[in-house]
Amino acid sequence: MKNNNPIWDFFASVKLALFTLFILSITSIIGTVIPQKESAQWYIDKFGESTANLFQILSFTPDMYSSAWFLFLLGLLCLNLIVCSLERFPGVWRQIKADNLNTPVTRLEKMTPQHQWQSPSGPESVASSLKQALNTNGWQAEERKVDDGILLFAQQGAMTRTGVYIVHTSILVIFAGALIGSFLGFKGSVMLPETRSTDKIYAFDTQTPIDLGFEVRCDLFNMEFYANGMPKSYRSQLAILENGKVVKEKAIVVNDPLTYKGITFYQSSYQAYQEFLITIVNKKTGVSESAIIPYQQQQNMPESGIRLGIINAEGQGQSVTRMKIWFNDDNGEPSVFWLDNGEQATVERSTSNYTISAKQMYATGLQVAKDPGVWVVYTGCFLMIIGLIVAFFMSHRRIWLYIREDTDNKSSILMTGNANKNKADFEKKMQLLAQQINTI
Amino acid sequence: MDSSQLIGITTFTYLFSTILYAIIFIFKTKRLETVATIFTIIAFLIQTAGIGLRWLESYQMGIGRAPLTNMYESVVFFAWTIILIYLVIEWKFKTRIIGVFAVPFAFLAMAYGSFASGISKEISPLIPALQSNWLIAHVVTCFIGYAAFAIAAGLGIMYLIKNTSETRQSTNDSTLLGSLPPLKVIDDITHKTMVFGFLWLSIGIITGAIWANSAWGTYWSWDPKETWSLITWFVYAITLHARYTRGWGGTRIAWLAILGFISVIFTYYGVNFLLSGLHSYGAN
Ligand code: HEM
Repeated sequence: MKNNNPIWDFFASVKLALFTLFILSITSIIGTVIPQKESAQWYIDKFGESTANLFQILSFTPDMYSSAWFLFLLGLLCLNLIVCSLERFPGVWRQIKADNLNTPVTRLEKMTPQHQWQSPSGPESVASSLKQALNTNGWQAEERKVDDGILLFAQQGAMTRTGVYIVHTSILVIFAGALIGSFLGFKGSVMLPETRSTDKIYAFDTQTPIDLGFEVRCDLFNMEFYANGMPKSYRSQLAILENGKVVKEKAIVVNDPLTYKGITFYQSSYQAYQEFLITIVNKKTGVSESAIIPYQQQQNMPESGIRLGIINAEGQGQSVTRMKIWFNDDNGEPSVFWLDNGEQATVERSTSNYTISAKQMYATGLQVAKDPGVWVVYTGCFLMIIGLIVAFFMSHRRIWLYIREDTDNKSSILMTGNANKNKADFEKKMQLLAQQINTI
Repeated sequence: MDSSQLIGITTFTYLFSTILYAIIFIFKTKRLETVATIFTIIAFLIQTAGIGLRWLESYQMGIGRAPLTNMYESVVFFAWTIILIYLVIEWKFKTRIIGVFAVPFAFLAMAYGSFASGISKEISPLIPALQSNWLIAHVVTCFIGYAAFAIAAGLGIMYLIKNTSETRQSTNDSTLLGSLPPLKVIDDITHKTMVFGFLWLSIGIITGAIWANSAWGTYWSWDPKETWSLITWFVYAITLHARYTRGWGGTRIAWLAILGFISVIFTYYGVNFLLSGLHSYGAN
C-alpha cells in the first residue's frame, strides 16, 4: 500500500503516534486533579463561579474522559494505528513469506557475522550432511542449486514478526469492546428490600428506569463482621423469576456476582430499616405466621391471637445485633426477653409453646450492569499480552549456508545469518552452531 | 521471632548491602564483590522468610490472606521484587556495580514502610471488596513492573553520571566512574529492564480491570489511580516507540527511564495521598 498521499503519510507516521500518546498523557492528568462527576453546584462551591464555568467550557468537568475532545484524541490514536499498520504490514508479510533461497550470493557474502570453512567432500554430500546436522539442531533447512554451488536456508520464528501487529490490533479490539459496551450495554443500580422483587433498575447518570425483562428478588441480606468491627462480608440471597417462577438462585457477595441473560448483579451497598421481620410458630397447632413490624409498635398476629412488639434494640450504627421482644397471648403475664438478630427462641406459655424468630429488615444495594463488550475487551487484553511476549522476547532468525564447489571435488562453505531482534544472543548461538558443523 | 522482626531486619541489611556495593564502587575492592552478593542474597532470604511468616501468621489469626493488600505490605513486596530482579540482572549481565544504583531503592522502600508515620504494620483482615484472587494477581504483577522500572531509573541515573564524566574526560579505568559498565551496556540493560517492566505493568493494568469488573461491573472507570497507571503506561510506550522507530538511545532514554519512574511513584504513592479515589486503601 505504497501511497504518496500526504494525508495518508501524516496518519501513518510514528511521529503522530508519539505526539498523540504525549498529549493523552498530559491531558489525562487534568481529570485526576479535578474531581470528576460531581454536581455543577459542587464545582462552583469548590472553585468559584468563573473557574467552574471555564472548566465546563473546556469539558474538564463533569466528565472529561467522555468529552468530545478526549474521545477525539483516542479516535486519532486508533486511526493512526490502523493507517500505520496498513502501511507497514504488507512489507512485513512479504518478509515472512520471502523466498530466502533467492537471496543473491553476492549479498550473502557481505552479511555479518560470517563463518567460513573448507570441506574435503563434494557439494552434494556436504549439503546433505549439513542438512542433517541442522535438522538435529532444530533448523529445518531447504536447499536449492545456484550458479556454482548449493544454497541451504533455514529459519525460525518467521511469524514472530507479527507480534507488534498483534499488540496494535489488540488495542483496537479493546476500543471496539468498549464501544460495544457503551452502545449496547447499561449501568444502573437498585435498592431492593428483603422479600421484595423488581423488574426495573435505575440508570446511573439519569436515574431513568430500565426494564430487566425478568424479575429479581432479594430473599435475604446479611452481613458478617470481624472481631475488630471491620466488615467481613455482605451477602444477598437473590432469586431470578420469569413469569413468577424461580429460574435461578444465587447468594452473591462482593467480587462474586450473579449473571442472568447477560445482566449482572453486583453486591454494592445496603440499607438498614427500622423494621423487623418476625415469624412465630405455634408448636402445638403448627400454625405459622409472619409479619413485618416497625420498631416499638405493637402488632397483632390475628391467626395466632398474639400481640407482640420490639421494645428495645442494641446494635452498631444502623445494624441491630439484638432486640428485646415483648410477647403476649393474654394468658398470664407477657413474656419479655432478648433475642439476637436472626436467631430464634422458644417461648413457653401456659397454653402452648411458640418458636419465634426475628430479624432486622434490610435492603440490598445492587449494582446492575449489562456489558456485551466485556468479552471483546478481555479478548483484546489477552491478545495484547500474547503480542507483547512475541514482540519483546521472540525473534525471526535466519541462517544461510552457501556451498561452493572448489577444484578436486572439494567445497568451501560460507555460513551467515541474522535475527531481527536480540542480535548479540543470536550471534553467539550461530557461533556455537558453526563450531558444531564446521567439521563437515 | 515474628514476621515484623524479620522484615524489620531487612531494612538494615539492605542498607548494609547498599554500603557494601558503594564500597566496591568507590574503592574498587573487587574482593568484596562476592561478599556483597552473598550478603544481599541472605538479606533477600530473610525477607522472603519474613513475608512467608506474615502469611502464616495471618492464618493463625484466623484471617488467612496473602500479605499483599495494604500500603505496608505492598512496600515490602516492592523491595523484595527489586532485589529479586536486581539479583537476576547481576547474574545475567555479570556486573555488580549496578547494585549501587538498584539496592538503595529497596532500602528506601523498606525504610519508608518501617518509619513513615501513618503506615499501619498490622495484619488487618480484608474488607469484602479486597477479597479477590484477581486483586492478588493485580498487586503482584504491578509491583514486578514497578520494581523493574525502579531499576531502570537507577540505570538511567548511572548512565547520566557516567555520560557527563565521559564527555569531560576520556574513559580511564582508574577514575571513579571507569569501573561502571560501558555506556552501551548500561543503555542495553536499561532498555531490557523497561521492556520487562512494560509487559508486567500491562498485565497489572489488565488484572486490575478484571478485578474491578468482578467487584462492581466496570472494568475501567477513570479513577485517578487507574488513570495514572495508564499515564505511566503511555510514558513507557512512548519510550519504546522512540527507541524502536526513531532510534532514540543513550541520554534521552535515560531521562525517560527516570521520568517513567517518577510517574510510577506518583501512581503508587501520590495518588493515595494527594488525590482521592477508589483505591484509597493505601491511605490508612
Ligand atoms: C498505546 C498504544 C501502543 C502500544 C501499547 C504499542 C506497542 C508497541 C510495541 C510493544 C511495539 C513493539 C516494539 C518491538 O519490540 O518491536 C511497537 C512497535 C511499533 N509501533 Fe506501537 N504501540 C502503540 C501505538 C502505536 C501507534 C499509534 C503507532 C502508529 C504509528 C505505532 C507504531 C509502531 C511502529 C511503527 C512500531 C515498530 C514496528 C516494527 O518494529 O516493525 N504504535 N508498538
